[in-house]
Amino acid sequence: MTGSIFESEKIKGDFPLLEREVNGKPIVYLDSAATSQKPIEVIDKMTDYYKQINANVHRGAYHIAELATSEMEETRAKVSRFINASSEKEIVFTKNATEAINLVAYTWARSQLNEGDVILLSSLEHHSNIVPWQQLSSERNIQIRWIPITQDGQLDLSSMDELLADVKLLCVSAVSNALGTINPVKQLTDAAHQVGAICLVDACQSVPHFETDVAELGADFLAFSGHKMCGPTGVGVLWGRLDLLEKMPPFLGGGEMILNVTSDGFTTNEVPWKFEAGTPPIAEIIGLGVAVTYLEKIGMKAIREHEQNLTSYALDLLTDRFGDDLIIYGPEAAVERSGVISFSYRDIHPHDISQVLDQYGVCVRAGHHCCKPLMTLLGVNATARASLYIYNDESDIKVLADAINEAGKIFS
Amino acid sequence: MPGLEDLYKEIILDHYKNPRNQGELSVPPAIMEEGFNPLCGDEVKVYVLTDGNVIKDIRIGVQGCSISQASASMMAESVLNKTLEEAKNLIERFKEMMSAHESNIDSAELSEDNNENSLGDLQALKGVVKYPVRIKCATLGWNTFDQIITPKE
Ligand SMILES: Cc1ncc(COP(=O)(O)O)c(C=O)c1O
Repeated sequence: MTGSIFESEKIKGDFPLLEREVNGKPIVYLDSAATSQKPIEVIDKMTDYYKQINANVHRGAYHIAELATSEMEETRAKVSRFINASSEKEIVFTKNATEAINLVAYTWARSQLNEGDVILLSSLEHHSNIVPWQQLSSERNIQIRWIPITQDGQLDLSSMDELLADVKLLCVSAVSNALGTINPVKQLTDAAHQVGAICLVDACQSVPHFETDVAELGADFLAFSGHKMCGPTGVGVLWGRLDLLEKMPPFLGGGEMILNVTSDGFTTNEVPWKFEAGTPPIAEIIGLGVAVTYLEKIGMKAIREHEQNLTSYALDLLTDRFGDDLIIYGPEAAVERSGVISFSYRDIHPHDISQVLDQYGVCVRAGHHCCKPLMTLLGVNATARASLYIYNDESDIKVLADAINEAGKIFS
Repeated sequence: MPGLEDLYKEIILDHYKNPRNQGELSVPPAIMEEGFNPLCGDEVKVYVLTDGNVIKDIRIGVQGCSISQASASMMAESVLNKTLEEAKNLIERFKEMMSAHESNIDSAELSEDNNENSLGDLQALKGVVKYPVRIKCATLGWNTFDQIITPKE
């Protein structure tokens, strides 16, 4: 049973959007891997920011500018603690995880990697952690190598030694957004460090759902987006080891990232501001800070426990009810996966499934989930994906199952 | 299924379950084009064999949802043995229907019967316009076919 200590009913009540109806039915939101809903505290805080303290940061020596600056910088400290970084200087705000990964590609990688070097990617990566490396690869003649997967969507580490030859950079997601697979990040970063490689962890699907400790993961860089963790869109985070960040050239040029500019040139600001050119998304950063507090209040351990229980419930219910008609991709056991459930039902196309589900208020995603190389390996064009979060409960899963059953009736 | 009958009309489900003109033609003499919907990963292959100005044969291979399959199947059926001009004209009118604004659908529906330019069975796909993300599914086969019969510059 779920929900013994976890008050999912109360948590649901924190999210105004979950009160609405879709097509005359209460909404059942099962697309949190794409973006999470936002608790009222985050929404209110951002509104209050604009009503009370809106001012540009780091510039004005007046009251509200100081308030805006200190609230933004407090968020940096909060995020730093949240992922157990050793200094808040290691937290760079970006517009999303995609920009965070591109920042590493344009600064660290372009100053460090050369022809003949190898970048090792996992076959589970999101396009955001593939395309920036392909761009670099074609520019510099850098080779991209892939860690294969097993039948059940886990990384196949049986030939890591060969895979690691000449590798200078390892890019791996902590959790797959398409299959929910929890990757053995520590094992991978240990192996990569043995050959002197740097490790970038795409933590988009882990930071919102699991306790995160950058030191424990053995990461050198870590990227995630605010909007998947109860925060607003428009803000993401790059965490980087301080010594690496300090040596990296700046990314975008402009205000905020400089210490001094003369007609002859410029000197760069300290980290992290060196990487934050222009006016940052102030309201969004502050909103993210509230989201972090909100998650901490519930507790990341409790969140994981709730999601694992609910995932286990969902896997059992779907398998019992639909048997072989329903294929669930990825690892079999709930302990090996996040709350992402990618599935196909009979030969009904995922688009059609999600269309019918929508009629019942159920929001799921259909498609390749920005993981086309993975879809090719799985031999499918698309899957339907239900992804769970703190506000979901067993009743949502029952509605999902009933709606899948209805889709079966239409297309039988 | 309340609400979805506009989209999943009987004739559409029939074409989805029993797609017409499936398969391949040997290239050459036929011409083949592939189309992709980058949003959802749907793929279509269209083979066309012409004899002079006439579409002698057309074959379709779709990996996609019911709408993209049914629409391509219905297209194949309706352009077979037509001249290239007639086919071109049909494509135009189909795309026009697909770009109609949602607010115009209902009034357009009323005039369906006495519309001299009626698209016949293809009218059944009009309901797709109410589901904007699905329009690309409905037009995937048509755009690919258009590439074959419209001479490249
Ligand atoms: C694993 C993973 N990486 C990267 C991204 C990209 O995130 P964003 O679009 O917020 O930059 C996502 C989100 O879809 C994701 O799930």
